[in-house]
Amino acid sequence: MSVTRSGPAITADSRTVAPVPGRAARVMTRPPVVAAGQGLSAPAAIIRHAVLLITGVLILVPFVWMVSLSLKPPGEIFRASFSFFPQQWYAVQNYTRALTEAPLPQYMLNGFVVCAVILIVQILVCAPAAYALAKLEFKGRHLLFGLVLIGLLIPHQVLALPLFILGYQFGILNTYAALVFPFVVSPFGIFLFRQFFKAIPDDIVHAARLDGLSELAIVWRIMVPMALPAVIAFSIFSVVSHWNDLFWPLIAVRDENLMPPSLGIMAFKNEEAGNDYGPLMAASTLIVLPLAVAFIAAQRWFIEGLTTGAIK
Amino acid sequence: MSSIVFDEIEKSYGATAVLKKVSLSIADGEFMTLLGPSGCGKSTLLRILAGLELQNAGTVSIGELPVDGIRPKGRDVAMVFQSYALYPHMTVGSNMGLPLRMRRLNAWQRLPVVGRLLPGTHATTRDIAAEVAKTAEALGIGHLLDRKPGQLSGGQRQRVAVGRAMVRHPAVFLMDEPLSNLDAKLRVQMRGEIKELHQRLGVTFVYVTHDQAEAMTLSDRVAVMLDGELLQVAPPQRIYADPDDRRVAEFIGSPKINMLEGIVQEHGRVAVAGATLNSAIGCTAGTAVSVGIRPEALHLDPHAGIESFTGSVRLVEHLGSDLFVHLDLAGQDTRLIARLLAERAPHISIGQTLHLASDPERILFFDANGHRIRRDHETRAASVAQLRELA
Ligand SMILES: Nc1ncnc2c1ncn2[C@@H]1O[C@H](COP(=O)(O)OP(=O)(O)O)[C@@H](O)[C@H]1O
Ligand SMILES: [Mg+2]
Repeated sequence: MSVTRSGPAITADSRTVAPVPGRAARVMTRPPVVAAGQGLSAPAAIIRHAVLLITGVLILVPFVWMVSLSLKPPGEIFRASFSFFPQQWYAVQNYTRALTEAPLPQYMLNGFVVCAVILIVQILVCAPAAYALAKLEFKGRHLLFGLVLIGLLIPHQVLALPLFILGYQFGILNTYAALVFPFVVSPFGIFLFRQFFKAIPDDIVHAARLDGLSELAIVWRIMVPMALPAVIAFSIFSVVSHWNDLFWPLIAVRDENLMPPSLGIMAFKNEEAGNDYGPLMAASTLIVLPLAVAFIAAQRWFIEGLTTGAIK
Repeated sequence: MSSIVFDEIEKSYGATAVLKKVSLSIADGEFMTLLGPSGCGKSTLLRILAGLELQNAGTVSIGELPVDGIRPKGRDVAMVFQSYALYPHMTVGSNMGLPLRMRRLNAWQRLPVVGRLLPGTHATTRDIAAEVAKTAEALGIGHLLDRKPGQLSGGQRQRVAVGRAMVRHPAVFLMDEPLSNLDAKLRVQMRGEIKELHQRLGVTFVYVTHDQAEAMTLSDRVAVMLDGELLQVAPPQRIYADPDDRRVAEFIGSPKINMLEGIVQEHGRVAVAGATLNSAIGCTAGTAVSVGIRPEALHLDPHAGIESFTGSVRLVEHLGSDLFVHLDLAGQDTRLIARLLAERAPHISIGQTLHLASDPERILFFDANGHRIRRDHETRAASVAQLRELA
């Protein structure tokens, strides 16, 4: 992070204002990597930017390709030569088919409902739990926090079978509830919130108690608003991972009307589109779109949330 | 009625005892200061009084009622914290209004959107806003109500913290080093304002500080604490002039009191650092005592007398009206600091030999355990003073 941000600033420094002693001294106090870059000036900066650029491109290419394919007619998709824009625009046909041939809007609605419910319930559970672990004194607090850390290490695929059986016992398989219940308690959320709450001074909690706030009121009126960057970062993590989750919906639901977007795409591909990649890519683009928009809107808090959490 | 009684309060964190059987009574409307070096347990005692922490043993009463089982909210105390503890996401107005909202609106009325539609919410909210504005005006922060704490200076935040405590008219005001984050000038100004506030409100104040100047200027009585024990509780003047304990004498006063080791001789005389003092204390000859002399109790003696200290001047510090003279005592490895009036001692130079003597009444004697050894008439005077305080 620091490298990406300070990169351009350093190049500017070395070309224009490096001779000013004060500037030079300030640069020297930066991390060693950056200071070395200053010493080597242009070539090192070029290499660093090249590395960043290549990494960025590698991450972005599949995405760009997907958007590009969604604009092309079937004939152009498997051409050897690549161009972003199609020779013949086929966007309207692809997107129309994506929206009509499979119940894509239904899938996306399912995704919205499931992600929203998961997120709300997660915050409702995680914030008080994290508050208790961060600010209340009780026996077994350290043990409980240890369990949270263990929970953090267990991939949820490992729990799929027990959860499936649990869902069967409750009789909620193949319902929205089945898509939600394994994620109600998020060890990651508890951990992240707890780190943030821990950094809030005890005096604030004491002041709130004297002001007459109950413990739950302290959580919702004081702690959560003060840890807003963490809440937003966690919200993005949660929504992205459950919007894109394929594994658990595959197990939990069979009814097409309940399928979330990612699972919906699979159904789409197998039954309707076959080898017809244009509509498939159009559907994928539509599914990724809400996430991309939300992320860009919340980017500032997201980064702040992660870095603050990491430092404190 | 909001007198406060601590009865044998004990508190420990793990194995470390932070408070050791602390007993203290504070009268209704009194300004009591807990004074002691940092880490001695002052804040812990204050938090126990507020109900933010539970004592391991002992009882706290407010207004003659034990409050041990009562939550902070129910104790009718308000507190100003060293860090101010303002809520950074709320405006100054909301910070100050929160204690009133929590008390006057019910849980439904406090809900974000729905609450506003319920009957009574609007009127109550308006009353609260008016009271907050009035308090803010009184503190000179009326124009800041819409700002967030992050946009305020240290002094303004301090006023907001006081305002948040004031607005609900508590029976007891607790202040935990409220001035220690301010710069020196503002500290003196706020000190005056706190004194005024106490006189205006007339409620009980319990004030914690490690700064003796604050304790001395503000308090009706000072409780000197050290390592979780109360050493002495008395009005500032008596704490200074008539300390019960060597540690109190050493903690109060700047520069620090001169402590010399002496031996009791025949007829109550004390041999100390080359001088023989006429002490009139009733100790048997040969007892080791500590002799405390405040720098300003010393004065220049033109000739070496039997009761005067002789030494060479090591350092002279000019302070305008006064000067501090550091004297290396002849044949001793002790140093004596004297505070002399500048116009009486204009000619002192370094290396010069001086004789200093003290008014015998102002010399303090302590036994080997640090307890004060009082002369007979002093003992009587001290008990009369104590009786008067109790009355
Ligand atoms: N929550 C706590 N856990 C463990 N030790 C504590 C806690 N609070 C205070 N202490 C210890 O108790 C002692 C007294 O603290 P405190 O009352 O804050 O002192 P003061 O306010 O006089 O500076 C200190 O040594 C401190 O380290
Ligand atoms: Mg303290």
